Amino acid sequence: MPSPQMSGAEIVVQALVDQGVDVIFGYPGGAVLPIYDALFKTDKIRHVLVRHEQAAAHAAEGYARSTGKPGVFLVTSGPGATNAVTGLADALLDSIPVICLSGQVASHLIGSDAFQEADTVGITRPCTKHNWLVKRPEDLSRTLHEAFYVAKSGRPGPVVVDLPKDIQFAEAVYRGPENITHKTYVPKLKGDLKVITEVADMIGKAERPIFYTGGGVINSGPAASQLLRELARATGFPVTSTLMGLGAFPASDKQWIGMLGMHGTVEANYAMHDCDLMICVGARFDDRVTGRIDKFSPGSKKVHIDIDPSSINKTVRVDVPIVGDVAHVLEDLVRVWKAKGRQTNKQAVARWWQQIDEWRHVKCLEYKPYKDKIRPQQAIQCLYEAVKDKDIYISTEVGQHQMWAAQHFHFEEPNRWMTSGGLGTMGYGFPAAIGAQVAHPKSLCIDIAGDASILMNMQEMSTAVQYDLPVKVFILNNGYMGMVRQWQELLHGGRYSHSYTDALPDFVKLADAYGGKGIRVEHPDELEDKIAEMIETPGPVLFDCVVVTEENCYPMIPSGAAHNEMLFGTEKESHEVSEEGKILV
Amino acid sequence: MSIMKEEIQERHCLAALVDNEAGVLARVIGLFSGRGYNIESLTVAEVDHEGHTSRITIVTTGTPMIIEQIKAQLGRLVPVHKVVDLTVEYDSIEREMALVKVVGTGEKRVESLRLSEAFRARVIDTTHSSFVFELTGAPSKIDAFVNLMRPLGLVEVSRTGVVAIGRGASNM
Repeated sequence: MPSPQMSGAEIVVQALVDQGVDVIFGYPGGAVLPIYDALFKTDKIRHVLVRHEQAAAHAAEGYARSTGKPGVFLVTSGPGATNAVTGLADALLDSIPVICLSGQVASHLIGSDAFQEADTVGITRPCTKHNWLVKRPEDLSRTLHEAFYVAKSGRPGPVVVDLPKDIQFAEAVYRGPENITHKTYVPKLKGDLKVITEVADMIGKAERPIFYTGGGVINSGPAASQLLRELARATGFPVTSTLMGLGAFPASDKQWIGMLGMHGTVEANYAMHDCDLMICVGARFDDRVTGRIDKFSPGSKKVHIDIDPSSINKTVRVDVPIVGDVAHVLEDLVRVWKAKGRQTNKQAVARWWQQIDEWRHVKCLEYKPYKDKIRPQQAIQCLYEAVKDKDIYISTEVGQHQMWAAQHFHFEEPNRWMTSGGLGTMGYGFPAAIGAQVAHPKSLCIDIAGDASILMNMQEMSTAVQYDLPVKVFILNNGYMGMVRQWQELLHGGRYSHSYTDALPDFVKLADAYGGKGIRVEHPDELEDKIAEMIETPGPVLFDCVVVTEENCYPMIPSGAAHNEMLFGTEKESHEVSEEGKILV
Repeated sequence: MSIMKEEIQERHCLAALVDNEAGVLARVIGLFSGRGYNIESLTVAEVDHEGHTSRITIVTTGTPMIIEQIKAQLGRLVPVHKVVDLTVEYDSIEREMALVKVVGTGEKRVESLRLSEAFRARVIDTTHSSFVFELTGAPSKIDAFVNLMRPLGLVEVSRTGVVAIGRGASNM
């Protein structure tokens, strides 16, 4: 059968269909009109109209993160593409597979400062895994399939395919995804078996071991989370995780010692500091995790499993690197471990657990509720209790509420938690929850937000209403940019320079104006009932939870400090941060 | 960071085989500027016209940890086929070409010609008052020649940057 001639726009739609895409997020404009016309004529792809291109990118991220499939979004040239840049950078730092299709002015106009022209491939080069400008119609189908391959393979990430308008009109032969192979980009999936065996030996000898896991476990797919559980059970070692990895290991498991890092638990951070064997699985020694790098876990042998060779020895020198996919490596490690009936050093590990239990007794996340005001931790905990048995997807914005959510909301499964970890993008959570809701229409999708963050993509309430997406926005409203205020308190003498929002909207009326529902809560006694009301509401809800204004997020490793130098905010601690520390963000 | 500063800065010559596609050089240069790595020299040309592959030779300085990072970061760029560190993985030869213009008359002019012979430089253009020398060699040899020409009327230098290749029968 001869391959059919199609217009470039039809090729785009056909390629999406062949890649298994059933929904895209987008915003039309002059340079993508042919593609929108092709979308009009098909019923195979659903289009969700966002209200700002940044939200299209985050919605695609939320879709990707909650399904394990790549998210796709479509934007026009110039401002459409530049608005998407934040979302692309976000997806790059958190390794989320998204495909951005951007319109571009016609080929003969490129470089002429034409209307709505921007050098999209130039602008997005440093914030994508790879990008393409399609210059010839005959390259279009191959480029689109290659884009999916690159976005999904190895360490996932965002890609951009820039599509000049004349290419969208031009006729070409469509080629399916079957015959596309990549000549240069072939990531290594299997780890070196000799090295994996060496790690099994180290596990057998370890006295104070820890699994330090990250987003790579989730990106590797559900099998990786299962294998992590299996390995943890087989060894009996404690497991901690980065912000991005929450859910890969069940929080209800007795081997779970909580999140680590700047706002991690005492038991996780102290164990990281004192361990003699650290097995890093799909994490990248981010500065939020390591704290002061020259005091980071000084006495440990470090094993690092990562699919990206550039993650290895980037900030922390490791003893045993394994380049490979988490699921592939863990599968081999579990097999090697079980094959010879290996044993851990049970006595030593039991002593280690005794030590960890002592740290656990500090109960670093404990707080006392107030009588007449809602503490933010309490609000999260109350929300968690109300929804934990439901089919839930939780996203967050960025700031104190994000850390409280990470501390007080507990996840049992991967892909349930979506947060902007690397880039720290305020405004991420609402569109991400919309993306998750589009993928899981029957599930309960909640964006845990702050009053400042939510205003960054508030316009998406309109999207939620238009598509009947019953996303719940749970706003911890303290009137401040809370994390900024906390840092100003700790580092800048309490001079709250521009971190207070003096003219917050009435969120109830705002929800109403959009056609959604608003609920306001001010007193702890009504929290439970109002949360129940929120859950029962069939449509989107803005839940305005008024909390105490000057609560700080603890425990905290201050900038420039080590894992064992945590602040608790309870007794009189010196908040002296070194000059060197102040420079760090 | 203080410990990083104390580590020794090393000079390394890296070679990357890349697809000769639009933007590939921008990706490589953007990587260096974006991550704060140094470039001492960078040369690029297509080496396989049928396969459309180019070879980029980069001379850079950094601590061993940074050099390792640079290599890994280059390696993960999608159009990059292969990266080798010619300084550690191979016994390699580095060469650079320079065109050096010297203007002068009399004794200085004679002296520049005499020195150029010692360096096996070729005169590729001459007038009554000027020479253009073509010189090939290791970068240090070119530095030495340029320095010698300075008091003799040096007015302009054009250098290619380093190209390098491993010795012996094996290839990259």
